[in-house]
Amino acid sequence: MKILVCISNVPDTTSKINFTDGNTKFDSNGVQFVINPNDEFGLTRAMWFKEKQGATVHVATVGGPTTEPTIRKALAIGADEAIRVNAEPLDGYFVAEQLAAVVKNGAYDLVIAGRESIDYNGGMVPGILATLLGMNFINTCISLEIEGETATAVREIDGGKEKLTTSLPLVIGGQKGLVAESDLRIPNMRGIMMARQKKLNVVEPVGTEITTEDVAFDKPAPKGSIKLVAADNLDELINLLHNEAKVI
Amino acid sequence: MSVLVYTESENGKFKKNATEVASFAHEVARQMDTTATAVSINANDSGNMGDYGISKVLNVTDEKLKTFNAQAYAHVLKQAAEKEGAKVIIVSSSTDTKFLAPILTALLKGGYVPNVVAAPDSISPFKVKRTVFSNKGFAHTELKSDIKVIGVSNNAFGSVENKTTATVESFSPSLDGNIFGTTSVSIDKVVGKATIADADIVVSGGRGLKGPENWGMIEELAEVLGAATACSKPVSDLGWRPHGEHVGQTGKPVASNLYIAIGISGAIQHLAGVSASKVKVVINSDPEAPFFKAADYGVVGDAFEVVPTLIEKLKKFKTQNA
Ligand SMILES: Cc1cc2nc3c(=O)[nH]c(=O)nc-3n(C[C@H](O)[C@H](O)[C@H](O)COP(=O)(O)OP(=O)(O)OC[C@H]3O[C@@H](n4cnc5c(N)ncnc54)[C@H](O)[C@@H]3O)c2cc1C
Repeated sequence: MKILVCISNVPDTTSKINFTDGNTKFDSNGVQFVINPNDEFGLTRAMWFKEKQGATVHVATVGGPTTEPTIRKALAIGADEAIRVNAEPLDGYFVAEQLAAVVKNGAYDLVIAGRESIDYNGGMVPGILATLLGMNFINTCISLEIEGETATAVREIDGGKEKLTTSLPLVIGGQKGLVAESDLRIPNMRGIMMARQKKLNVVEPVGTEITTEDVAFDKPAPKGSIKLVAADNLDELINLLHNEAKVI
Repeated sequence: MSVLVYTESENGKFKKNATEVASFAHEVARQMDTTATAVSINANDSGNMGDYGISKVLNVTDEKLKTFNAQAYAHVLKQAAEKEGAKVIIVSSSTDTKFLAPILTALLKGGYVPNVVAAPDSISPFKVKRTVFSNKGFAHTELKSDIKVIGVSNNAFGSVENKTTATVESFSPSLDGNIFGTTSVSIDKVVGKATIADADIVVSGGRGLKGPENWGMIEELAEVLGAATACSKPVSDLGWRPHGEHVGQTGKPVASNLYIAIGISGAIQHLAGVSASKVKVVINSDPEAPFFKAADYGVVGDAFEVVPTLIEKLKKFKTQNA
């Protein structure tokens, strides 16, 4: 089985978010970039397939040269090869089209992407990618088993979960649950050394039109200060929630 | 060239977000000087959409669509959009819709903007405001494509009544070919209990509750309030509560009217998922817990004392205000 894991390079979740150039651009100054958490669960599941069932695992990202430390980390975790599409990830559709070209060239059986990237939270790459390729697709995937050409997956739904079957080739949008938090791997020295020897292929983007563009950014208005209620005066809390906030 | 809106239903009844997306579609149609058409799949009460400004409903009734199937539903919406000549399609941000919207977008070769929190900034160019960076910022996004798919955030625009009469037309899309790429085997869903996605109130517990045996009071508080229950990530990692209850950046988003956080520190990843909630209450024994900076109301105190008292007082309040 040949697996492609799509990796989004995102600001570490604790990053302060700022905008520059008259609030038209994200300010990456001083921001630490990491593998998108939803993708990390997927990458770890791919490593499981590799180790338990035998699979080749490639990772791909769409981004400039500054994304290379993030994909090197994926190689250090155990992916066999990496592909970087040399382009700014301008919008989700664009990213999906770039990844579709990578999947076509590599003839992958399974593509694992994250449910969404935690920067733009678009959640559209896996679904568009699958549709462009005519592959089956399961989103918010929290469990995935593959036997031959058959895939059995569980996806999260509002208020519960759904078990599904489908066949390869398949794209999933994954998240926590694909593997447990405790299964995530921190690259060790040997992995980091080996990653240096692994192939990191840089490919040029395929031409496409941009469908959406972020023209300006702003931040939520600063919050007013909290109203504290004494623990022995909970009637006051109920009063505030009923009469002031009007939520009960 | 009407605006098309997908109004979701379950077991024949519209979901709570159906009236919200209908209201949003009516507003977009008003700005574009056109009308709004809803597509409903296996819903019984479609005519009611007229209350929210929908002038036409395309009613799809088909056994094959009884269980949600993202790809097949996307094909239904594609055909409806083509029939109506719709260039703007409004959808919700439920888990199911976030699954089908990208498929629909690719089928129509359009542009998609999810997490939209307000009526369009402008129609020409078509610009919408959406949340980005896990609710730490907003982007004003211009849709340049001919076909535009807009995903409206839960509880952001609200349901707005605009009474008109909806004509209900039955619509039979072609369901041929290989458009059911996946097969549903089983659905395991809590029935009769509010879900995190739909609930007006969410009661959430963190590691401060010490163990799963103490969740009784969280459930009781939720029951009194008609709320859904939720938890922080370590709580589900520890197996105290199911994964589906974990809220936050790597869990479920919450956009309720009231979010009550009990024994939750308020780490940035947790806040990212709950900051779209309108009113937040924190109960925590540590006055320095970061949640006190993010909440509207707070009680510094031991959850094991505060919560049982709160339950008693709320029960009394409920009977008095019944
Ligand atoms: C990439 C990444 C993604 C993450 N995603 C998420 C996410 O989606 N959701 C999420 O929740 N977390 C997420 N986290 C984890 C997050 O950083 C925190 O670790 C987590 O939210 C803390 O959970 P907690 O507040 O329940 O536990 P703790 O941090 O242990 O806090 C417990 C709180 O309970 C209080 N307390 C203790 N005893 C009592 C008592 N008797 N009465 C009242 N209060 C009491 C304490 O004062 C403390 O504030 C993520 C982390 C990373 C690195």
